[in-house]
Amino acid sequence: MTDQRVAIKAAELSSPGIAIPGRQGAAPPAEGGWDYSPAPERAKVTIAPRYELFIKGKFVAPKSKKYFASINPANEDVLCELAEAGKEDVDAAVRAAKAAGPKWAALEPKERAKFLFRIARRIQERARELAVLETMDGGKPITESRDIDIPLAAQHFFYHAGWCDKLEYAFPGISNSGTGVSPVRSRKSRTRGTPVPPSPIGVCGQIIPWNFPLLMAAWKLAPALACGNTCVLKPAETTSLTALRLAEILQEIELPPGVVNIVTGAGATGQHIVNHPQVRKIAFTGSTEVGKLILKACATSGASGGDKKLTLELGGKSPNIIFEDASIDQAIEGIVQGIYFNQGHVCCAGSRLFVAESILDEVIEKLTHRMKSLRLGEPLDKNTDIGAINSKAQLATIHRYLEVGEREGARKIVPSENGEAAPPALPSKGYWCRPCLFTDVQPSHVIAREEIFGPVLAVMSFRTPEEAITRANNTPYGLAAGVWTDKGAKMFEIARKLKAGVIWCNTFNKFDPASPFGGYKESGFGREGGVQGLRAYLNL
Amino acid sequence: MPTVDSVMLDFRAAQFTKRSIKSASKLEGLRLAMSMIDLTTLEGKDSPQKVRGLCRKAVRPHEEELEPAVPSVAAVCVYPALVKVAKEELAGSSVKVASVATGFPSGQFSLDVRLADVRAAVADGADEIDMVINRGAFLAGRYEQVAREIREVKEACALSPSPFGRGIKGEGMHGQESANALTPDPSPRGRGARAHLKIILETGELETYDNIRRAADLAIEAASSVPGAAGLKDGEVFVKTSTGKVTPAATMASTLILLEAVRDHYRRTGVRIGVKPAGGIRQAKQALHYLVMVKETLGEEWLTPRLFRFGASALANDLLRQIVKQTTGHYTASYDFSEA
Repeated sequence: MTDQRVAIKAAELSSPGIAIPGRQGAAPPAEGGWDYSPAPERAKVTIAPRYELFIKGKFVAPKSKKYFASINPANEDVLCELAEAGKEDVDAAVRAAKAAGPKWAALEPKERAKFLFRIARRIQERARELAVLETMDGGKPITESRDIDIPLAAQHFFYHAGWCDKLEYAFPGISNSGTGVSPVRSRKSRTRGTPVPPSPIGVCGQIIPWNFPLLMAAWKLAPALACGNTCVLKPAETTSLTALRLAEILQEIELPPGVVNIVTGAGATGQHIVNHPQVRKIAFTGSTEVGKLILKACATSGASGGDKKLTLELGGKSPNIIFEDASIDQAIEGIVQGIYFNQGHVCCAGSRLFVAESILDEVIEKLTHRMKSLRLGEPLDKNTDIGAINSKAQLATIHRYLEVGEREGARKIVPSENGEAAPPALPSKGYWCRPCLFTDVQPSHVIAREEIFGPVLAVMSFRTPEEAITRANNTPYGLAAGVWTDKGAKMFEIARKLKAGVIWCNTFNKFDPASPFGGYKESGFGREGGVQGLRAYLNL
Repeated sequence: MPTVDSVMLDFRAAQFTKRSIKSASKLEGLRLAMSMIDLTTLEGKDSPQKVRGLCRKAVRPHEEELEPAVPSVAAVCVYPALVKVAKEELAGSSVKVASVATGFPSGQFSLDVRLADVRAAVADGADEIDMVINRGAFLAGRYEQVAREIREVKEACALSPSPFGRGIKGEGMHGQESANALTPDPSPRGRGARAHLKIILETGELETYDNIRRAADLAIEAASSVPGAAGLKDGEVFVKTSTGKVTPAATMASTLILLEAVRDHYRRTGVRIGVKPAGGIRQAKQALHYLVMVKETLGEEWLTPRLFRFGASALANDLLRQIVKQTTGHYTASYDFSEA
């Protein structure tokens, strides 16, 4: 009996049914090549075939009866049609804003704050949808819209919700003598009497660019609303979809009709806003070229008596200075973050790199190595670092500068084309530009002087700190700058001598609603963000 | 002397965790990570029986058949007293025996004792020695002393096994009779061969990023400057973050500093130093983040167990769980896998 059992057990053991683990293990996976599989963002967003203008809390067809197409720059598909606001449409939007003004301004500040807070919350709740839409509309990588654009937009509304009921403390009122003069005038009269709180300006016309569509809308709307103004906002013609989604959010949170009006269209629409006599303030972010036209228009605009308030946030050619005592591997990250973030479509991009001559070769070698790990392609893929160029026109501009750079004698390096293997092919449709850099650049070169607004870096060297400062400041712009050094004293000394609105030390392209942003010289004037950003939206 | 700025280092380390590793690349990454594990047990209560079990697990992490087969891990890592047991159990497999030595984990012993510890482990057949640096000397600024000690340990790794190599009193130094009683002297390695050396910096005790970078450079430089080490082979020397006995152990940031030091050394010399984060890496997802970091910092040539290891134990079963999920489509319970 016992023997039999043993026999059965032995038979079982040797049968193929029961595997006895062998002593030999399996070999490790074959070496060479571990790449990331496609990781597309799968959230679907619905895009209507046609979008109207958002005026007085409703979507209305344009009186101009004109529409234009919005294109996905990654595949050139038409996403939808957008209404083009003509003069009459802009006028309707401004009148709606004007009509909504008094009630909105008279609302208790803590109630205004609740509206801003609700907008912020709703942006957070619809964050994924907004991120996907932003990426489809503008070509930026989904990781950037997901982790930067949308969260920062919400953050701006949260931050400014907090300011609504603290304006009197931020800007202690100048008193009036009780003469019955309107508060606006009396604040200027500097006579003794009852303190008067700062008052809103009225209707604000806000024109925003295509590089950070929703975020720029938030930068403009949040402080204006917090201060009690009403707005007419025009998003860029290539990237209007998230602004229109924001209009939906404003409906959802029941913002009083007319407080925010959103009109789509191109330059002509913007012109109507700028020239409208009832618009008391213009806030513009965009190119220096257009900024100059707006400045001229505001100065001469007849109906408003040249009394329009204006803030301009324009172009830049920001220097990024690497000293020999910097943490080089970290500086490389700062260079990459500075110029290749958002395909270089960043007004404060660190597009001029100044490297101490003693470390120039090392920096170029390391930067080239690092750039090979940048992944260019489908913006909706979660592993994409460099998305599509925003529009066909912008791609043509970048190509023009690349040609000029080579013609002037600078040496172009395209790291992804620099390896032994052929670079991955660019997608067959859409607008693409491989990130690149120029060495042997002279300060007089066009690519060292003009804003390219693409993933193109001009590399120059310097020998002494004085030389670095002189060269860095030798530009019509003055928006931002970067300083990389391990020495604290040097950091502060250099920062003091650089003429730029924002200076980052040992980091680059960091944004925070509490930190004012804006430029010197041809980069514009006025500040956005922080307590300083509120000044442009108040009668002080 | 390269410095490390924490703001952008932390920023970069966090970027790697945002890569999305899906489908085929996920399975491949999980299998790769499994093959890079130094399956470790470093406890006072370790027994020959536990080490034997660990060795079985190391060779064949998963009992069931799976296609493609789950790869063996790179090595088992034990205290010197258990090297013989592991060596015997792993005979005929590709899995290496790594032994911590030099008075692990504190290293607070005289240099003679630490070197004897190394020689004994090598004599017992250890293929790899995980040494600890003298953190006391390092933090006191006695860098030359730290370097000298590393050089001596590196030389001790090169000793071919002999009775003299057994350390101070020869027989029974490590106590456990079972370890010594099993085989007389297997002479597991040929004359002139040398055990690979992993240099543990204990980044958690060095605390600052600048210290970690300095220690990594110092360790690489010292191990490369041993007489006769001119022909240092790729992967013969590793830098390793931690003992696993100090918090924090390995982090993405501290490992990134090691990778950057190794990258600079490669740029200068063309020699590939290995890197081993150890301690605190328990989840498959974390392991994939590390692989992304290695790929994007050093390149794909480092994605091999010869040049990158994980010092871990719990990680093996989480990788297994994910591998089974990726292969069969089903999640399994923790009790479906044997204890490591």
